Amino acid sequence: MATGEFAAHAVHAHAAPTSWIRKYVFSLDHKVIGIQYFFLALTAVFVGMFLSLLMRIHLIWPAAALPLLGEIKPETYLTLLTMHGTIMVFFVLTTAPQGGFGNYFLPIQIGAPDMAFPVLNMLSFWVTALAFFVMIAAFFVVGGAPLHGWTGYPPLSALQSAGPGEGLGADLWVISIALFCVGALMSALNFITTTLDMRARGMTLMRMPLTCWAWFITAILGLLAFGVLLSAGILLLLDRNAGTSFFVPLVTINGQLTGHKGGSPLLWQHLFWFFGHPEVYIAILPAMGLCSQLLSVFSRKPIFGYKAMVYAMLSIGFLGFMVWGHHMFMSGMSPYTAFAFSVMTMAIGVPSAIKTFNWLGTIWRGRIRFASPMLFALGFVSLFISGGISGPFLAQPVLDIQLHDTYFVVGHFHLIMGVASIFGIFAATYYWFPKMFGRMMNESMARWHFFITLIGTYAIFMPMHYLGMAAHLRRYSQLTELKYLHGLVPLQEFMTYAAFITIAGQFIFLFNLFWSMKFGDKASDNPWEATTLEWTTATPPPHDNFGGHIPVVYNGPYEYSVPGAPRDYIMQTDPEVVKAH
Amino acid sequence: MASTTTTASANTARVLGAGFGRPDQNELDFAARLRRVRLGVGVALTGIVMIFVSYSSAYVVRQGLPTLDPRTGALVRDWLPLQLPNFLLVNTLVLLVSTLTMELARRQAVSAGFGAGTASRTETDRMPWLALTIILGLSFLSGQWLVWRELAASGFYVATSPSSSFFYLLTGMHGIHLLDGILALLAAGAASLLRKSATSTAVVVDATAWYWHFMTVLWVYILCLLEFAP
Repeated sequence: MATGEFAAHAVHAHAAPTSWIRKYVFSLDHKVIGIQYFFLALTAVFVGMFLSLLMRIHLIWPAAALPLLGEIKPETYLTLLTMHGTIMVFFVLTTAPQGGFGNYFLPIQIGAPDMAFPVLNMLSFWVTALAFFVMIAAFFVVGGAPLHGWTGYPPLSALQSAGPGEGLGADLWVISIALFCVGALMSALNFITTTLDMRARGMTLMRMPLTCWAWFITAILGLLAFGVLLSAGILLLLDRNAGTSFFVPLVTINGQLTGHKGGSPLLWQHLFWFFGHPEVYIAILPAMGLCSQLLSVFSRKPIFGYKAMVYAMLSIGFLGFMVWGHHMFMSGMSPYTAFAFSVMTMAIGVPSAIKTFNWLGTIWRGRIRFASPMLFALGFVSLFISGGISGPFLAQPVLDIQLHDTYFVVGHFHLIMGVASIFGIFAATYYWFPKMFGRMMNESMARWHFFITLIGTYAIFMPMHYLGMAAHLRRYSQLTELKYLHGLVPLQEFMTYAAFITIAGQFIFLFNLFWSMKFGDKASDNPWEATTLEWTTATPPPHDNFGGHIPVVYNGPYEYSVPGAPRDYIMQTDPEVVKAH
Repeated sequence: MASTTTTASANTARVLGAGFGRPDQNELDFAARLRRVRLGVGVALTGIVMIFVSYSSAYVVRQGLPTLDPRTGALVRDWLPLQLPNFLLVNTLVLLVSTLTMELARRQAVSAGFGAGTASRTETDRMPWLALTIILGLSFLSGQWLVWRELAASGFYVATSPSSSFFYLLTGMHGIHLLDGILALLAAGAASLLRKSATSTAVVVDATAWYWHFMTVLWVYILCLLEFAP
C-alpha cells in the first residue's frame, strides 16, 4: 500500500478554482477555509468583547444611559453575559485555534495537499458561519437574546415564558448551538482522517510537530464531545417546543402549571458538562501545541521531552472526559461521587505540570529571540500557570462550596480558558501571518499590543479572585443595592478601567493586522528559521501547498542547534543530515 | 478495517496480475480512496455513537425519575410502559434484508471499481442490488411512519409520556440518519446512470454500505433498548 499512498498524494483532490466565488467564498482549499474561520472568529471576538465592555460599564455606572442601548436593565445584563460567554466559547476559542489555524496548517505541516474531504471542510465552515448568524439574530427578535447563561441550565432555558429572551431568542440560541455542533463534528472528522491517512512519506506520528498532535487530539475530543451537546440540544428543543419533559420538572410560573412534569434539570447538567469540560481542552490544547512549537523555535533548542509532551496531551484529553462532575458539586451529588470527580480533576494537574516544566526546560539556557510570537507564547505559559493554579482549589468540593458561583470561578476560567487561549491565537497570528499573507506584521505595534494585553488582562482578572474570596457572587447586575458589596466596588472600578485600556490595546492588533497585509515588510519563505514543512514551501503556499512535488520527511520537527550541522536548524526535509549523523 | 484493506490489496493484486506491466495510476488511487473514506466513515460513526450513547443514558436516567403529583403531593412515576407495535418486527426484517442487498451492491461496485480500467461497463450497468437497497430503505422508513401513526392513533404522542418521547426521539434520529444513507445511495445511483466514473460511484457505495450496516446494528440495539427496558 505504500506506493498507493504515494501515488494518491501526487494527484491533488481538486483543481485550482478560477471563478471568484469558488476561490474566495465557497472554496474547497483548506487555506482559504482556514482564513475564513479566522475572520469569522475575529468578527465574533470583537462582538463578544463589545458585550463585555457594556457589562463592565454597567457594573460601575448602573444608571448610565448608553448610546443606542439606553439604560441597561438587569435582564439585559443577563442577556449580555449569556451572549458574551456563548460567542466567546464557541465562535472564538473553538473556532480560531482549530478551525482557523488548524485548517490552514495541519495539512501543510504533515505534507498533504489538502484536507481529506475538501467538500466536507467547506460545509463545516459554512455551517459554523450560519450558526454564528443565527446566534446574532437572537439579538434582533422579539424579546431579544436569551438570558440563561452560556451553560443554558433548564428549567430557565427550557420554558418559553421563563423570561424575556426565553422565547424565540432562546430557540435561535439552541438552534445555533446545534448547528455549531454539526459543523464541529464534520471538522473533527476531517482533522482525524487527514492526520491518520495523509501524512507525507517519512512523517511518522512521532515526527509530527506538537501543533499537529494538539489539533489531532482536539479533534478527537470534539468528535466525542460535540455529539453529546448536539443530542442535549435536540432534547432541549423538544422540551421547549414539543411539550416533552426531559429536563423540566413540575414547575409553575406565576402560579400556573406549565404542563411539564418529571424531567430532570440535572440530566441537562450531566450532558452539558460531559461536553463542557472537554470543551475547555478543545479551547486550550491547540494553544499548548503551538506554545511548545514556538518556545522551541525561538529558543533555538529542541523541545524538552517531545514524547512526554505527546503523552501529557493524550492523558489531558483522556482525563478531560472523566471530570465533568466537578462543575456540579453544588447540585446535591453524593459526597463519594464528588470525591471521585475531585481526585480525577486534581490528577489533571500531573500532565499539566509535566507540560509546564517541559516548557521551562525548553527555554532553559536557550538563545532566546524575543520576537512577538515568542512574547505571546511566554505570556501563554504565564497565564496557564496563574490560571491553572486556582484549579486545584476549585477541584475540592469543600472549598467549592464557598467559591462556587463567585467571581473566583470567573477569574479562574477567564485566565486559563479565555485569555491563555487568546494568547495562543495571538501567538499563532504573529507567527503564521508571514506565511498566510506574505508580509511581516509590524513588530513595535506587536510589542505594544503584547504588554498592554498582558498587564491589562492580569489587572482585570486577578482581582476577581479576591472578589470571589469575599463572596462576591457572579451574574449580579446591581452592586449598589447590596451593602456587603459596597467595599468591593472600588475594585470593580479598577477592573473596568483596566478593561478600557486592554480593549483599546486590541485595536492596535486589529490595525496592525490590516496595515501589515498591505504595508508590512515582504516575508521570506522562512522568516523565523523554523524547521517544519510550512516553511519549506513558497509564501503564501501554492494551491496544492508544495507546488507539484511531494515533500519527503527525514527528521523530527525540533532539530535546533544540532552539533556539527551547517546551520543552527535542520529542516524536516533536509536529507543530507541523515548521512552526517 | 484491517481485513477490508487486505481485500482491497488482494483485488489490486488480482487486477495488476492480469497482464499489466506497471501499477496503473487509477487502480492505486482507487485503493487509497477506498481506505480514506472507510477511515472517514469509521470516525463519523464514532461521533454518531456518542449521540446515541447520550440518549441511552438519558433514557435510563429519565426512566428512574419520580415526579410530584400536584393533587396528592406524593412522588409518582410518570413513565408509562409502551407496548411496541408488532409491525416493528416487519420493519426490522426489511432493514436486515436491506443490509444484505447493500453488501451485495458494495461488493459489485468495488470489484467494478477495481476493474474500471479493464472490464467492460456491462457489469457496472447492471446494478439491481443498489436499486433494491434504496427501495428497501424507503420501505423501512415508510414502515416506521406507519408505526408512528399507529402509536398516535392509540393516544401516544410525543409529549404523552417520557417513554413515548424517547420512542419518537430514538426512531426519529435513526430514521434521519438512514435517510442520509438513502440520499447518498441515490447520488451514487444517479452518478452510475449518468455514466460517471465507476471508481467514484464505488467509493460512495462502499462508504454508504459500511454506514448502512452500522445503521442496521444501531436499529437492532434501539429495538432491544425499547423492548427490554420499556
